[in-house]
Amino acid sequence: MVLECKHVWDYISGYLDDTLPQETKELVQRHLDHCEICSAIFDSTRNIIVLMADDRVFELPVGFSERLHARLEREINPGASSTRKP
Amino acid sequence: MTKATPGRDEMQMIAAILAGDTHLFHDLIRPYEHSVYMMTLSCLKNEADAEDAAQEAFLKAFRHLASFRGEAKFGTWLVSIALNEARTRLRREGTVRMESIDQTPEESGRVSPAILRDWREIPSEALERQEIRHLLQQAIESLPDLYREVFLLRDVKELSIAETAEALTISIATVKVRLHRARVMLQKRLAPQLEHHNPKKRWFQWS
Repeated sequence: MVLECKHVWDYISGYLDDTLPQETKELVQRHLDHCEICSAIFDSTRNIIVLMADDRVFELPVGFSERLHARLEREINPGASSTRKP
Repeated sequence: MTKATPGRDEMQMIAAILAGDTHLFHDLIRPYEHSVYMMTLSCLKNEADAEDAAQEAFLKAFRHLASFRGEAKFGTWLVSIALNEARTRLRREGTVRMESIDQTPEESGRVSPAILRDWREIPSEALERQEIRHLLQQAIESLPDLYREVFLLRDVKELSIAETAEALTISIATVKVRLHRARVMLQKRLAPQLEHHNPKKRWFQWS
């Protein structure tokens, strides 16, 4: 069985996650070995996923942690930081 | 991205917090601040609201800590609380698009990738450039909510498929379908844009 390009595209995600059945995986692999277009599509998808996982893409707002922990401290331990009883 | 001390250590910390060492809660949640904020932001699409919802979610987690039984990972439990908090706020404000929660757009046809002749790897160093980071952020924002949630958990926070399913209370099969569509949609939008920004490519064209 030979896969057409548009059918191979249905397996991009499964192939990258390595969750395809062995037989399907081999068919996709064989297609990629000789199809430059599908190889470029798979490579670019993988590349984009790698870039997206980088910490620099989605950063917390400046001061987020400080504000969060200050609020937690106030509500979890009310009075602990301000009025200390002897 | 490494996830700090999952499992047993967390269960011990939780037991200690419930026994009165409440200050440990700060350390318990530190590894998950980013995930929780990303999910509330994804839902609310406004930094100030997302931050407030994230704080509220952590407080709820603290108040309901005794109900965490450890069947799920602590991180996925937190993400579920954060999503609930964000969705409740949307509903309260009447701005919720109910179809975005109930609809199953995965049944509506196939998504096709951008066709390329070849691909020159974009190295991580490219992320030093603000314009590249901006392209990626805009692409994520452009995804339908259901796909974005799955993509953020699985590919940005690198949860497993099973953990993603658990956090979103959807099936593993649904995660796979949405993830596939999100990835292809991002490739379709980003591959041509990134290719254009690739310095090697540009140099090649100029020569």
